[in-house]
Amino acid sequence: MIIKILLISAALGVAVLVLREKAPRQQEALRRAAGLLVVLAGIIAVLWPDLTTVAANAVGVGRGTDLVLYLLVMVFAYAALTTAQKIHRLQYDITVLTRELALLQPARSEGGEVLPRSEAEPAVRSAAKQEQP
Amino acid sequence: MSMQDVCVIVPVYNEAPTVAKTVSDLRQTFDHVVCIDDGSRDGSAELANAAGATVLRHVLNQGQGAALRTGFDYVLRQTTAAYAVTFDADGQHLVEDAQRMVDRARAEAIDVVLASRFTGRTEQMPFAREMILRAAVRFTRMTSRLEVTDTHNGLRVLSRRAVQRIDLRMPRMAYASELLDAIVPAGLSYVEEPVTVIYTDYSRAKGQKNSNAFNILFDLAVRRLRAVQ
Repeated sequence: MIIKILLISAALGVAVLVLREKAPRQQEALRRAAGLLVVLAGIIAVLWPDLTTVAANAVGVGRGTDLVLYLLVMVFAYAALTTAQKIHRLQYDITVLTRELALLQPARSEGGEVLPRSEAEPAVRSAAKQEQP
Repeated sequence: MSMQDVCVIVPVYNEAPTVAKTVSDLRQTFDHVVCIDDGSRDGSAELANAAGATVLRHVLNQGQGAALRTGFDYVLRQTTAAYAVTFDADGQHLVEDAQRMVDRARAEAIDVVLASRFTGRTEQMPFAREMILRAAVRFTRMTSRLEVTDTHNGLRVLSRRAVQRIDLRMPRMAYASELLDAIVPAGLSYVEEPVTVIYTDYSRAKGQKNSNAFNILFDLAVRRLRAVQ
């Protein structure tokens, strides 16, 4: 059945995304085109509901609603995953900012001596150098 | 021996009941104590500052790993310290232990001195905690190729070289394993020193929950998986 191949490869694609550090750089144009395509397909499916069954039969699924459900699951998994990764990256960026901010303004203590600053030494690690998580 | 070139890093998150005493005890021996206030909302930062610590403030809570990393960056960028000591704010470590560990690092020219509560003396450790820690030790010995008898102990001494080479990027508490895992690949020498860890009602309530062991394993497993790609 064609649908099995399609669904399993989609599931594997999601699995690859889980294991990758970052989602592949997404082509903005491609995403927009895909979005418009979904809208178009939605309108067509509303106007001619039987067409979903035709499409379903073509890939070896009995009912059109089942095909729509399968697609929904895959799209949802993809969306949930990329959103989670985006939040992860944001969290990491916030950590970098918070740490840099802390380093900018150390509150010296009254009695505390201050170690001589290491001017000669270049900053070994700076935020600019840090890769994404 | 002089402790002029030692910077003690104390991560602090809502430790108002103990932080002042911890800092002033440390200041008896160490000239430079830096508290990384990880977004405390109980005035810990002011208490630490008044007790004699330099305070770096995370405006948002970012976890202990991030706090230590800020401390390490401070040591590298803004000081010439030869040694960094990490020390918990909840009063479970003894300053003498830290001092002895620094002396040993210096005398034997060792990069990393780790504290062990299992070769040392541990006061009133709950049984379940001991079981989990012993399992964690076995796990660490397998994964980091270190001959250690303790893990996730907040007391450590690192040479400047070690601070430069160890890069922490794990979230939450998994950084402790990450730090240990980095020692062998970075070509650093290490040794364990027996220490005393005091479990008080406060540290038990404030410290890590046993169930957090699962979270640490999860974070580590995700890192392994991602390292494969």
